[in-house]
Amino acid sequence: MPFWACVAGTVMIACERRSKAMPEHFGYGRPATEKEIAVKAIAIRPDGKGLPAGSGTVQDGAIVYAAKCASCHGGTGVEGPFNVLVAPDTVGAKPFDQSSKRVKAIGNYWPYATTIFDYVRRAMPFNAPGSLSDNEVYSVTAWLLHANKLIGTDAVINAKTLPGIVMPARKYYVTDSRKGGDGPYE
Amino acid sequence: MSQKMTRRHLLLGGAATAAVALVKSSFGKTVQIGIPEAALDPTKQVGPLPGVLGTRSPFEHPQRKPSLTSSQTPLQDLYGMITPSDLHFERHHAGVPAIDPHSYELMIHGMVDKPTVFSLADLKRFPSVSRICFVECSGNFRKPDKEDITPQDICGLTSQSEWTGVMLSTLFKEVGVDPKATWFLAEGSDAAVMSRSIPVSKGWEDAMIVYAQNGEAIRPQQGYPARLLLPGWEGNTSIKWLRRIELSDGPFMTREETSKYTEPVKDGKIRQFSFTMDARSIITYPAYPSQLQKGWVEIRGLAWSGRGKVRQVEVSTDAGKTWNAARLQEPVLDKAHTYFRYLWQWNGDTTAIMSRAIDETGYIQPSLEQLITARGPGTGYHLNPVTAWLIKRDGQVVYSPEKWK
Repeated sequence: MPFWACVAGTVMIACERRSKAMPEHFGYGRPATEKEIAVKAIAIRPDGKGLPAGSGTVQDGAIVYAAKCASCHGGTGVEGPFNVLVAPDTVGAKPFDQSSKRVKAIGNYWPYATTIFDYVRRAMPFNAPGSLSDNEVYSVTAWLLHANKLIGTDAVINAKTLPGIVMPARKYYVTDSRKGGDGPYE
Repeated sequence: MSQKMTRRHLLLGGAATAAVALVKSSFGKTVQIGIPEAALDPTKQVGPLPGVLGTRSPFEHPQRKPSLTSSQTPLQDLYGMITPSDLHFERHHAGVPAIDPHSYELMIHGMVDKPTVFSLADLKRFPSVSRICFVECSGNFRKPDKEDITPQDICGLTSQSEWTGVMLSTLFKEVGVDPKATWFLAEGSDAAVMSRSIPVSKGWEDAMIVYAQNGEAIRPQQGYPARLLLPGWEGNTSIKWLRRIELSDGPFMTREETSKYTEPVKDGKIRQFSFTMDARSIITYPAYPSQLQKGWVEIRGLAWSGRGKVRQVEVSTDAGKTWNAARLQEPVLDKAHTYFRYLWQWNGDTTAIMSRAIDETGYIQPSLEQLITARGPGTGYHLNPVTAWLIKRDGQVVYSPEKWK
């Protein structure tokens, strides 16, 4: 094969490969600005990363709860009609796997306190989601933690104190290890 | 011809209709329905002219079954692997949002080189992929204690579509995901701002951002204009109305992956991040409310696994004493509903029929008793037991209730 044919052939193969390959980047989309990231990135991590400035107290939370939450969750968080927030557990309650009737609530089932702030701020109250100020969310969080006997009456909840609260159910959490195959259906 | 068409024909697309009735739908909206005529000779009357949208036969009324929180697919009314889009199950936590596709944006940020905002048009410009797979809610099990229960009641929170969109791995490359990122948060723009933490590995493996369902734009109830699709994983993780993906070095522990979508298991443990849907099957015919006649019966149903392909489906017609292989309808796809059939001669005796799926990992669909023994009576999500249908001497087919809890 003459030298020129060899070179041409190689170039053609290279071109063909390039046209079939996926480019590293397409260049679609626009850069996200720091400002819009700050506005939209509302998720709170269990280490508290993402928690805003501000704080709340059990007393202030009682007022917010009575006005915005009690109609769905009951006056003390136990009555419903919607999700029970305060566990009506008695001493010596059976483990959850042994009791289908045991009510799952914040104090006996939620593994992280930061989840309360994250969820209330993004999704509650149901009829006006996202309407509470950060201080109101901190206060409702404080009230809920107090109602579940996890903090004292005088506790202040803020970006520093919330991630430090140890939730009783945390120690029971395990990550899924099912792998298919021949059982044993765990 | 068209001048002769009556107003009634125009309103109803000209279907053979003896009368028109106005009825209240379950949502309080007044709708017009046609009451079909039975005795017309269709060869003696010209039918309706072509229209802008097709319709179901006025004799067919497949319906989902809505509750406050979900709406179930009528599995017993369907014949194949694809769920018609308007019968796809529905589950959401604060209603269906109305999103303008022109203002829709997906932001990907966090541990990436280039935090980027994609419009819907941007997403559609990327190389696209289509895939047929099921989406199933991990709470897809009812524990009925009565006989008049349909497949829709028991496990109507599973549906299958052909989904089209862009591989998430394509977007990951585009924004330059930090190799140290291990999880990402997917967040919807519904009123619950639903969010879940997903391992980055799933994003590289087979996750998609989809904008089309069965060949057309995704339905609002399924996440219009774009949703996350995680084949084989519990439906809740396939975040609909997707607005944001945040790459991180750990899970966020959102409400939906802690207080919900976790299940108590043995020794007081609470199992978290139970993503994969285990293999399952259900006979959809004959099932309540079918009425059988003696003779040959083609038993039909669906089988699927979140871990890969269905390898085999076995059917028992003697209450679980013996099992026989069913025929699988090709193509048998990965993480997809697979239609199965088994021909059987019913001699008129009382019996129970049931099916069990075996997937390519060798997993055999368990009984409810096996699941409860392994996990405890207080367990919850991810229940995929064998379902039995009782055939009575008079040919009535009913659910066979199992005692539990």
